[in-house]
Amino acid sequence: MTTLTMKVNGKTRTGDAEGRTLLVQFLRDELELTGTHVGCDTSQCGACVVHVNGKPVKSCTMFANEADGAEIVTIEGQAAEDGTLTAVQQAFQDHHGLQCGFCTPGMVMSATALLKENPKPTEADIRHYLEGNICRCTGYHNIIKAIYAASGQDVSSIAAE
Amino acid sequence: MPKDGIGASTKRREDIRFLTGNGNYTDDINMHGQTYAHFLRSDIAHGKINNIDTSAASEMPGVLRIFTAADFEEKGGIPCGWQVTDRFGEVMQEPKHPILAEGKVRHVGDPIAVVVAESLEQARDAAEAIELDIEELEPVLNMKEAIKDGATKVHDDLTSNLCYDWGFVEENREAVDEAIKNAHHVTTLELVNNRLVANPMEPRVAVGDYNRSNDEFTLYTTSQNPHVIRLLMGAFVLNIPEHKLRVVAPDVGGGFGTKIFHYAEEAFVTWASKVLNRPVKWTSTRSEAFISDAHGRDHVTKIELALDENHMFTAVRTDTYANMGAYLSTFAPSIPTWLHGTLMAGNYTTPLVYVNVKAVFTNTTPVDAYRGAGRPEATFQLERVVDKAARELGVDPAELRRKNFIKPEQFPYDTPVAVTYDTGNYHATLDKALEMTDYAGFEARAAESKARGKLRGYGLAHFIEACGIAPSNLVGQLGARAGLYESATVRVNATGSISVMTGSHSHGQGHETTFAQVVAEMIGIPADQIDIVHGDTSKVPMGMGTYGSRSIAVGGSAMVRATEKIINKAKKIAAHLLEASEGDIELKDGQFTVAGTDKSLAWGEVTLAAYVPHNYPLESLEPGLEETAFYDPSNFTYPSGAYICEVEVDPDTGKVDILSFTTADDFGNIINPMVVEGQVHGGVAQGIGQAMLENVTYDENGQLLTGSFMDYAMPRASDLPMYSTDHSCQTPCTHNPLGVKGCGEAGAIGSPPAVVNAVIDALQRGGYNVDHIDMPVSPSRVWSAMQKG
Repeated sequence: MTTLTMKVNGKTRTGDAEGRTLLVQFLRDELELTGTHVGCDTSQCGACVVHVNGKPVKSCTMFANEADGAEIVTIEGQAAEDGTLTAVQQAFQDHHGLQCGFCTPGMVMSATALLKENPKPTEADIRHYLEGNICRCTGYHNIIKAIYAASGQDVSSIAAE
Repeated sequence: MPKDGIGASTKRREDIRFLTGNGNYTDDINMHGQTYAHFLRSDIAHGKINNIDTSAASEMPGVLRIFTAADFEEKGGIPCGWQVTDRFGEVMQEPKHPILAEGKVRHVGDPIAVVVAESLEQARDAAEAIELDIEELEPVLNMKEAIKDGATKVHDDLTSNLCYDWGFVEENREAVDEAIKNAHHVTTLELVNNRLVANPMEPRVAVGDYNRSNDEFTLYTTSQNPHVIRLLMGAFVLNIPEHKLRVVAPDVGGGFGTKIFHYAEEAFVTWASKVLNRPVKWTSTRSEAFISDAHGRDHVTKIELALDENHMFTAVRTDTYANMGAYLSTFAPSIPTWLHGTLMAGNYTTPLVYVNVKAVFTNTTPVDAYRGAGRPEATFQLERVVDKAARELGVDPAELRRKNFIKPEQFPYDTPVAVTYDTGNYHATLDKALEMTDYAGFEARAAESKARGKLRGYGLAHFIEACGIAPSNLVGQLGARAGLYESATVRVNATGSISVMTGSHSHGQGHETTFAQVVAEMIGIPADQIDIVHGDTSKVPMGMGTYGSRSIAVGGSAMVRATEKIINKAKKIAAHLLEASEGDIELKDGQFTVAGTDKSLAWGEVTLAAYVPHNYPLESLEPGLEETAFYDPSNFTYPSGAYICEVEVDPDTGKVDILSFTTADDFGNIINPMVVEGQVHGGVAQGIGQAMLENVTYDENGQLLTGSFMDYAMPRASDLPMYSTDHSCQTPCTHNPLGVKGCGEAGAIGSPPAVVNAVIDALQRGGYNVDHIDMPVSPSRVWSAMQKG
């Protein structure tokens, strides 16, 4: 066991991890941040996406000790202290971009990273960026709409309803 | 009407916790003193267990105990919830489904032993040290070979690998044969309905917790129906009386059918928590899910459609081999029979239908309900064969359908396959979809594609489904071992807010929002005054859970009935308080008024009187305001719709691009259009996944080749289009109080034939003589078909 320290959602957190402990396990089991989910074991589904030093990372793809000293942001660190949702979170609710909610934390973290990199993505940009995030419920339509809306663009230009 | 009543696209209240990481999924639950279970599973498809040596593994660090089948000799097997009777009047062959493999392993993934340890890592490490002596046997994989004389048997104590040979309607068998023999034209199609894995994004999890002080068990599990699990597991597997067994299905990350069933892992953790006197947790990995979650579909079918000289359908005959896998999962026998055969009339007036289904045991993971469950299999073969018939006869596929549709004035319509459709207007949904897709402009679009070297195709499918499952007395006659009613308790609090305890379970469908809209509408108070409670057998009355698009049609009806009882009682109280006759009391917008006067009382004043009965008709009315209703539907509901897919095929590679996907559904009345559209989107995506991407593949040894998201092609954002949806054609259900039909499965039922029909249309327009490609229509399959055609 090694004791690790990292800044998580703006707070300094410490915890113990084995060498083989994945970052996602450390976040869920040691820091009790269960908003980050595990949907697969081959780094395909994206339910575990968090931000590590400002970049979106599937937290099942790195060991916890690789994140020692890093700055981590998880889904729990998105909404404001008073509960106000971020623009991306609010757009997911407004556009019904989630159903069961299990992929949602990863989707929100990926979408947030996308809009940081590319503030006005096209529909194709969004679909391409979500290559590593699988949703089984929504058929993606409303996720695409939500992210497009969160970018401040008019969704009626992409949604064929 | 409150702004969040029936018909409003109210935003979902459950979203807030999901969007902020505050959901409470089963894997998020950790108990004090918790232990971890790891299942050692068979890595071969079929074998005789000679020995399991756990001695070295038992000595590994952290190991508490290792369990094998020997530990479960006193326990029952996993029960099957449906007994099908075959066409000769004999009941199906029903093998034992042990919690852990007894004597033989029968599929890759069959659990052999369980290690329980202080940590998950320790449990996994120890499982590696278990020594297995298993003698490999020939795997049974091909269904048609499996039922031949002398075939190796999956279950040695059964007479063969045939579970049942079912015929429906058996009395029509000869008449259908005769009609096909004498037909003007017969279109024949052989096809495979590909095996799928449901893959809800949350893998299955179970946590067992035994409390020695009161001899009570609690099971937290990823279930669509916690009461069903309590009944099956308590009564049939572990012999725990229901008052000592609580089953909780908290936030559940999608189900799609595969979380209906009672699984061995649930029984194991529940029982082991008593043996070890500590909580036991099991969390499936995705790889484990691929080999242990019940799969879906897997039919091999030959269908024949007979037509007369006017192109009217005169008979349908279909022969299907349905894979059961190695054991009978909870509802497996019902899927290829009663949920499939009863839909073979489709939207058409075909007078004669005969369905034969041979269900077969193989050395594969069990197969059971997956979104649609039997109805996609029926719809796919029917809508493909109708399309093929139109092409053979040189008539417009839309016109051929229209000509054979049940006409609006023919409802209620008795089909030749036992069910009575109450309402529908198939012409309206078809016309709507054709209009939405600019059918008339297709030729110009096809020409434009051709100019770019692409083949454009237009694919139509029309579907019917039987939802709102189901009338208990009917399904009882058909072999169900359970009732299929639903329950609700409406508890009005003293100050007027309401808790509704529903037996329906929400795992993505949004009941917490939509069910509240219904009660808000009925009483006329804001929806935020109403909470929906579900998923805990200690809180809600015994209910049957969520599947078969039944939540609003059956669970919603129970809630309406209970709310009606509440309103009736509240009116009596109001009449007393207002010194008026009960018949003159009206409830509107949360106000009780006396007709023809200006006397009124607010909802909260009446509810308070119910709990503070100082001025109350105590001699004739009990205090309190809480009512329960159980609703058993008198018929199925019959949603229907027209789905149209437009594709472009690249003739150089066989790659298919979906250019548009359009749905025109008739769901009857709708509570929340936003949620309904979301259900359609998701269903269509799963249907497109089946049609274009997904396919469970076993090799000749019974090894699963598609055992992870690396190998099994889940639809991703870039694989799918934006969808155009419409639900304006509404013929309300006539036999439930809301006039609702249900919308959860439609997308997955109607979309696969629309996609394949579009691909065939594209290829035939391009001059290729291709009349069928099995799903998934991958580039290699399309390209290969083009080379032959």
